[in-house]
Amino acid sequence: MARIVGIDLGTTNSLVAYMKDGQPCVVPDRNGRTMVPSVVALTDNGLIVGDSAKEHLTRNPERTVYSVKRFMGKGLADVQDELVYFPYHVTETGGVIRIRLGQKSYSPPQISAMILKELKLRVEVSLGESITKAVITVPAYFNDSQRQATKDAGLIAGLEVLRIINEPTAASLAYGLQEKTQGTIAVYDFGGGTFDISILKLKDGIFEVLATNGDTHLGGDDLDRVLVDLFIGDIRDRYGIDVGRYPDHMQTVRLEAERAKIRLSDELKTEITIDLPEDKGRFTRELTRDQLESLVVGIIERTLAPCRIALKDAGLTPKDIDEIVLVGGSTRMPLVRQRVEALFGKQPHCHLNPDEVVALGAAVQADILSGGTTDMLLLDVTPLSLGIETMGGVMSSLIRRNTTIPASAKEMFTTYVDGQTGVDIHILQGERELVKDNRSLARFRLKVPPLPAGVPRIEVTFLIDANGILNVTATDMRTGQSQSIEVKPSYGLSDTEVERMIEDSFKFAAEDVNARKLIEARLDAEALLKTTDKSLVDAGHLISQEEVQSIRATLAQLSNAKGGTDPRAIRACMTELEQAAKQLNVVMLDDSLKKSLQGKKVSELS
Amino acid sequence: MEQHTPQPERARGLQMARSMCWHCQSEVTGEYFCDRCVKVQPVSKETDYFTCFGVPRRLLLDPQKLEAKFYELSRTFHPDFYQTKSADEQTISLSNAAVLNTAYRTLRNPIQRAEYLLALETGSVKDIRTSPPADLFEEILELQDTLEEYRASDRDSDQGHRLRATLQTEQEALERRKHEMEAQLQQLFADWDQLQDAGEATSLARVERDRILKQMRDLLSHRTYVNNIVNDLAATIA
Repeated sequence: MARIVGIDLGTTNSLVAYMKDGQPCVVPDRNGRTMVPSVVALTDNGLIVGDSAKEHLTRNPERTVYSVKRFMGKGLADVQDELVYFPYHVTETGGVIRIRLGQKSYSPPQISAMILKELKLRVEVSLGESITKAVITVPAYFNDSQRQATKDAGLIAGLEVLRIINEPTAASLAYGLQEKTQGTIAVYDFGGGTFDISILKLKDGIFEVLATNGDTHLGGDDLDRVLVDLFIGDIRDRYGIDVGRYPDHMQTVRLEAERAKIRLSDELKTEITIDLPEDKGRFTRELTRDQLESLVVGIIERTLAPCRIALKDAGLTPKDIDEIVLVGGSTRMPLVRQRVEALFGKQPHCHLNPDEVVALGAAVQADILSGGTTDMLLLDVTPLSLGIETMGGVMSSLIRRNTTIPASAKEMFTTYVDGQTGVDIHILQGERELVKDNRSLARFRLKVPPLPAGVPRIEVTFLIDANGILNVTATDMRTGQSQSIEVKPSYGLSDTEVERMIEDSFKFAAEDVNARKLIEARLDAEALLKTTDKSLVDAGHLISQEEVQSIRATLAQLSNAKGGTDPRAIRACMTELEQAAKQLNVVMLDDSLKKSLQGKKVSELS
Repeated sequence: MEQHTPQPERARGLQMARSMCWHCQSEVTGEYFCDRCVKVQPVSKETDYFTCFGVPRRLLLDPQKLEAKFYELSRTFHPDFYQTKSADEQTISLSNAAVLNTAYRTLRNPIQRAEYLLALETGSVKDIRTSPPADLFEEILELQDTLEEYRASDRDSDQGHRLRATLQTEQEALERRKHEMEAQLQQLFADWDQLQDAGEATSLARVERDRILKQMRDLLSHRTYVNNIVNDLAATIA
């Protein structure tokens, strides 16, 4: 079977991992970085993703998309309150959010697909083989629409998504593989945009999820916002400037807030420096860990209620938990660790890299699916109750939350008017009594043969598969015939739309590849220019004047080519420069060798 | 839209569709797989959950053994292990795993297990209407009034505090009652198992069987009723 990779598609960063000699490993880029920032930017040369896109956050904020995961499977009304924090333009078409980038609009799955393609390419380059199958992780508390949107993103990226797996349970697989523990564990997963708590029983290779809970709109982003608001207020008071009117500076503030928060996990106080708009100078202030903690304690407290509910649903008390596993970058905050420790009465386990453990677990799951691992099995649950609308706008629950998946429920439907030919069914997800308080998933119309009222008997099966995604089938009990059901998602792309996006994605693949080659060539050229410049300064006096002249000339050529849009021209100039600087490099090497040997005895050298 | 009360799936139960393998058409004698072509076989709708778990129709089951069997069957049927198999096998594995999960959920909980057994032995479980125990009828009516009053009152007022205290006492009393009923149920479960183990087909045994089932049905119905009120109370005064 072709290789299946594991992908952690995160709010802030994404990673790809695979199984190598029985151990999961994440794939780094050329610079050894394992995380790809989940950022997509539209530049003059096309769309770019990751580290290079992140640089555009402050340069080109209206055309740089970050934290798109918060929009997956959502309508505009769901995110209205936080739109003010996003510099890019967000609208809605057909119940799906669209993000405007230049002349075109993209759905969140399309943006996510660009990140997935970047990861796909990374692992393809690393392994030298084509990758078409993946396991992708999602927050455990993601609803059906959000899971479906993630699956769509995979399809658009040219990946067959063999499994959608929950992030905390993925982490538990990586943890279980490493620690070989048995017992009851709690996985506390506090990431960039989402919070999950999962309670699992580990026994004889079975990872049985007992309960899960969370908040898909609670993460490091929210902590950053508190600091952003603080700094903006400070700047307004001190300089009378409304930074909110300058999207590029808003991004500078946001990134500085994030960095300050991260620094304060190790330090007790830190200095904040932000360049102000319109050359009004520079804003500086000090921020202590205590100050940060008093500002965010309310947000961190919000993670504790889901923990208590999950414990209750699992029928456990904190003392029943043998180990607490921390996942997600936000768990690096000392205050988070303190609160978790206080709740469970036990020190959390911090030996795993909280940034990588989810991707590693996804790789383990990928290995299970490809038949490589047979001793481990994950039994996950559905996070939210599934039901249908009944008379009076009340939701009737069919599959309760925390039911082990796959899970199915059957319901019989009939008519109440003679000759009625259809029954409308509205599917919901959530824990509340009334339809309006729950999430609408989809609607469909059940076809019924025209018969006297009450005579038709159509059995509908609602099946939640191992991905946590709903499948609906119907059978006419009188004839035994099954009917196909076309479900119209309330907050999702239709099948035809996804198909079109897949086609688009292939159509633009060539353009994308070119844009990417250009960006890489430019980055490499940049690096070469810098090192050659430095070498000239350090060792220019060791070579002839003509050689220096020739190097300077090629430097200028490369610098010029770098400004153009032809990656091949850039590469050609780079080769030329490397040729011209050959002698310089040889001389430098000799020189440094000489220096290192000076003062050493011959006996030390042999 | 009108919903027709379904014939509960649990009443119909499930069973391995013995006889013929869907794939090679040879006779299936193995438990879950065809002996000849080693393809997984669909669990049939005629098997009940007890049979599925390979345990007799008893009400006092060892949770450890149930769990061990659940894990074993999960390893047999879970879709994760069928990813490299044909589409048909994947479909069978998916639906078998879903049935297995429902079976385990039903059997692991002693109350649900008893309700399920009642359904198997006497017909549809939906016939069990939750009803208050006769001797509590008056008390519960009064309690509903107090609840209404409390919901309408200012919670921080003296009246609110007084009503809350009353409700709290009531809740404790009802919880005690619930535990009593559960103890009685436990005894009935033991009676049932004993009767089944004896395996006598006398008319006396039949009378005893009917007595146990009748009492069990009433107790289950009352217990659920009281349980709902306790939960309601707990949620209101929390």
